[in-house]
Amino acid sequence: MDVLYFAWVRERIGIPREQVETSAATVADLVAELRLREERYELAFSDLTALRVAVDQKLTDFDAPLGGVREVAFFPPMTGG
Amino acid sequence: MRVVVQEQPFDIGAETITFAAGHKEMGAIVTFTGIVRDLPDDPLQAMEIEHYPGMTEAALTEIAQTAIDRWELGDALVIHRYGRLVPGEMIMMVATASKHRKDAFEAAEYLMDYLKSRAPFWKREITNTGESWVSSKAEDEDALTRW
Repeated sequence: MDVLYFAWVRERIGIPREQVETSAATVADLVAELRLREERYELAFSDLTALRVAVDQKLTDFDAPLGGVREVAFFPPMTGG
Repeated sequence: MRVVVQEQPFDIGAETITFAAGHKEMGAIVTFTGIVRDLPDDPLQAMEIEHYPGMTEAALTEIAQTAIDRWELGDALVIHRYGRLVPGEMIMMVATASKHRKDAFEAAEYLMDYLKSRAPFWKREITNTGESWVSSKAEDEDALTRW
């Protein structure tokens, strides 16, 4: 699936998007896998209360299932308007 | 309904006239415009707005449709810019059309409250002393509870 990062999450991880091969069942499982990769991921995901997640471009929770999902995005709380 | 996400400036006068022209049966048009505000203590050079192409349009459309249904609006317009803006520039506008003004005002406030914290935009301020991402405010999240 495609994993996208925005704002300071993108800056900490260093890339805007990447393809990830995973069998993670939920967003939380995917986060756990990413955190084990490298320190920059650990840094970006160290405080999940500071993050929001969208699955297939819909805002959701970290316990959302990932079956059949094409795109997951991580970002800080939004500041539009 | 019209939802526009664009980098270039928009003409609020032309947009408002076009929006109002299509609604003879609506007695009230409310527009709101957001401006890049300068920072008094640390002058702002620019504001950079990042967004999530695809999700942004979908989220704005959903927010606008909810407002149309709830207040029985004749129409709604949302324009939001991204990219690099300088103080004084217009960031975004909303317009609502309803039979009576109360619904148009309320629906415009609803659109603004949801745009702040449910549309995937992120603001970054560039000042003389450095750059930083704008933090979300607890009051913006609290504002949603009134709806």
